[in-house]
Amino acid sequence: MEKKLFGVTALFNTPDEIIKAAKGVRESGYVKYDVFTPYPIHGMDDAMKLKPSKLGYLTLGFGLTGTFIALFSMWFTMAMDYPMIIGGKPFFALPAFIPVTFELTVLLATLATVIGMLTFFFYFPNNSHPLHDTTFMKAVSHDRYGVCIESIDPKFDITKAKTALSGLGGYDIQEIYYPEKSDIRLFDPKFIVFLIVVAAVTSGAIYFALNKLVYMQPFTWMQHQQKLSAQAETKFFADKFSMRPKVEGTVARGYIPYEFKGLAAPTTEIVNPTFPSEKNLALGKKKFLTFCSPCHGNYGDGDSRLRGQFPNPPSLHSAKVRGWNDGNLYHVLVNGQNVMPSYESQILPEERWAIVNYIRVLQKAKNATLEDIQAVRKEGK
Amino acid sequence: MSEINYNYDQKVLPKKVLNIGLGLLVVGTGFGLIGLLLDSQRFLLNYLIAFTFLISVAVGTLFLVALEYVAGADWSVPIRRVTEFFSSTVPFLLILGIPLLFNIGSLFHWSHPEAIANDKILQSKAPYLNTQFFIIRFIVIIAIWSLFWFILSRNSKKQDTSKDQSITKRNIRYSAIFIPVFAITISLISIDWIMSLDPHWFSTIFGIYFFAGTVLASLSVVTYAVVKLYENGYLHPRIKKDHLYSLGALLFAFVNFWGYIAFSQYMLIWYANLPEETYWYLNRWEGMWIYVSLLQIVVHFLVPYSVLLSQPAKMDPKKLKFAALWILFAHLIDLYWLIMPNYHSEGGSSWIYLLEFAFPMAAVGILCVVFYLNYKKTNILPVGDPKLEKGLNFKL
Repeated sequence: MEKKLFGVTALFNTPDEIIKAAKGVRESGYVKYDVFTPYPIHGMDDAMKLKPSKLGYLTLGFGLTGTFIALFSMWFTMAMDYPMIIGGKPFFALPAFIPVTFELTVLLATLATVIGMLTFFFYFPNNSHPLHDTTFMKAVSHDRYGVCIESIDPKFDITKAKTALSGLGGYDIQEIYYPEKSDIRLFDPKFIVFLIVVAAVTSGAIYFALNKLVYMQPFTWMQHQQKLSAQAETKFFADKFSMRPKVEGTVARGYIPYEFKGLAAPTTEIVNPTFPSEKNLALGKKKFLTFCSPCHGNYGDGDSRLRGQFPNPPSLHSAKVRGWNDGNLYHVLVNGQNVMPSYESQILPEERWAIVNYIRVLQKAKNATLEDIQAVRKEGK
Repeated sequence: MSEINYNYDQKVLPKKVLNIGLGLLVVGTGFGLIGLLLDSQRFLLNYLIAFTFLISVAVGTLFLVALEYVAGADWSVPIRRVTEFFSSTVPFLLILGIPLLFNIGSLFHWSHPEAIANDKILQSKAPYLNTQFFIIRFIVIIAIWSLFWFILSRNSKKQDTSKDQSITKRNIRYSAIFIPVFAITISLISIDWIMSLDPHWFSTIFGIYFFAGTVLASLSVVTYAVVKLYENGYLHPRIKKDHLYSLGALLFAFVNFWGYIAFSQYMLIWYANLPEETYWYLNRWEGMWIYVSLLQIVVHFLVPYSVLLSQPAKMDPKKLKFAALWILFAHLIDLYWLIMPNYHSEGGSSWIYLLEFAFPMAAVGILCVVFYLNYKKTNILPVGDPKLEKGLNFKL
C-alpha cells in the first residue's frame, strides 16, 4: 500500500536559528507549517506572524456564564425559593455572594480555557498524530528545535521543501508518513480482563471510601454525650431507668387530675363544658376512630374485628348507655370499666368531651325517629 | 568588559513640561492658599489629599524600582529611569509635610488632651497616637525612604559611567531590605495620616488598601510618562509595544488587586456588622457621599478593568494613556473619599468647592517639575546596567 506523506521535518540547534527558520519558511510562502520547541520562545508569534488566539473569547464567555449561574442560583435559592434570614442580612445579600460568584466565574473560565484548548486546538481525543513516535518528536521535546512543513500546504513540493529547509540551516531532514491503520479489537481477551480488573478495583475502592473512610469520625464528643436517652438504660439512677416516674404528690404541668378517679360513678353530676360544633365533632370523630373504634366499632355497634376474641365489647346504642348523661360517659372514658382500661393518659380532657359529643351524634343517628327526620328536613329548607 | 554602543542620543525635553509644571504649581498653590483663608479646615484636608497623593506616587515609584531589582526583571530596565525620576520626590515630602505638622491640632481629633480625657478608646491609643511620637514617626519614615532613594538612585547613576556590574548586585541587596521596610512604613503612614483622622475606627486591612492605591497611582504616573515619551520618540527606539504591554498588564493586575482589597475591607465590616466598624462606612453612605462611594466601584474598578481587559488594549498607547490618567484621577477620588468625610462644618458657599482642585493640581505640577529637572540632569537610559541589552531585546 502506498504510504501517505504527512510532511517534511528539519531540526535546528538554537532558538535564534529556529526563529530565523520560522521567518524564512513563512517568507517562502508556506502556510501549513508548524514549529516545535521544548519550551516557549519569546518572539515566535511575531516570527510566524500568528494572529492573537481566539481562546480569550471562550474564556470571557464562560466566565460571564459562571457569573450569571452563580448569581442566578443564589438569588433563586436564597431569595426566591426558600428565603432565610441569615445574620440579619437581606435575602439577596450581594456582598456575601460576591466571593462565590468570583469563584464560579474563575472556575468556569479556567475549565473552559483548558478544555477548549485541548479539544479545539490540540484535537484532544486524537492520539495518533503522524509525528508521534518519531525521532523528530523525541528531539524537539528534549533539546532541539524543529520545523515541519505539511503536505497539505498549497505550495508543497517535496524536493523544494527539503531544499528550503536545508537552505535555512536545518539538518536531519525527514519525510514523515501517516501511520498505517492499526487494528485494535475491542473484544481482545486481555482488554476484557483489564476492564474487569479496573471495574473491581474502582468499585472496591469506592466501597471502602464511602463505607469505611467516610464513617471514620475524627471525634465523637457530640455523639456520646452524658445525657439521658428515652427508653434506654442509664447508670445515673439506681433503678437504671432514664425515664422517671412521677414524683409523689406532684402534678404534671398543664395536667388537671380527674376528681372521681377510682370511683364507680361520679358522686356529683359532671356538666359537659363543650358545645358540639362542627369542628368539635370532627375532632371527636377523629379521636373516636383512633381510640374507641378498635373495640366498639366504627359506629359504636360493638361489632369490631375483636368480636369473639374477648368478652364482647358492648354496643354504645343500648338503652343503658343512651340513658347515661354526658358525665357518665366521660367518667367511663377516664376511669375505664370492666375490661376497658383507662384512657386518661392518651386522651386530653377537651378531646374526651369531643368524643362524648360524637358518641351522642352516633346514638342520635342510629336511633332516629320520624319526627327527627322531619325536623332535619325542615331545617334543610 | 565589552562596551556596547546603544546608538543613543538623549533628546532635550521641551521647556513646555517645566512651564506647565510650574504653572500648575503656582496656580494650584495660589488658589489653595485662597481656599485656606476662606475655610482653613476644609483646605487643610485638601492639602492632606494632595500630600498623600504625592506620598503614594513618590514612595510607590521607589517601590517599583526596588521591585525590579528584587524580581530580576529585564523588561523594565530601559524605562527604569522614568520610575527613578518620579521617586526623587521622596525627600521633598519632608518639606511638604511641615505645614501639616504645624496644624496637627486642627486636623487630628486625638491631638487634643481634653478629647482624650473623656474617651476610653483614645486613652488606650494615646501611647501611639500622640503628637510627639507622630512627628517622630513621620520624620523617621521619610528619612528612611530618602536614604533608600538616595542609595538606589545614586548607585544607578554611578553605573552609567563606571559600568560596574557589582552595583546591580548591591542594589538588589538594598532593594531586598527596602521592600519589607516599605511594607511596614507605608502601613504606618497610611494609618497616621488617613486612618487616624477618625481615631475610633478599626480596620486591619487599611494599610494594604492604601498600598494598593499607592502602587496603582505610581504605576499610572510611570505608564503615562513612558507612553508619552515613547510616542514622541524620547525613549530608545528599541523600546517596543512589548514593554508597554508589560506596563499595561501590571496596571491591570493592580486594578484587580485594589478591587479585591477594597471589597475585602467592605465585606468583612459589612458581614460582622459591628457598630464600631460600620459607622465609618455609614458616614460615607450619608447624603451625597453615597454617590461617591458607589462611584468608587465604577471609577476605580469597572472602567479601568474593562479598558485594560483585552490583550491589544494593554499595548495600545492611546488606551494606556487614557487608563493611566483615569486611574490617577480615581486615586485622587479615592483619597478624597477617605479623607474628606472627616470635614465637619455647617454652611459655606459651594463655589469654593471648585478650589478643591487647587492642591491636587499643584501636586501634579510638582511631579512635572521634578521629572523635567531629573530628565535634564540624568540619562533616560541606564546605559551601564548589565540587564539593559536583555531588556531592550524583550519580547513577549
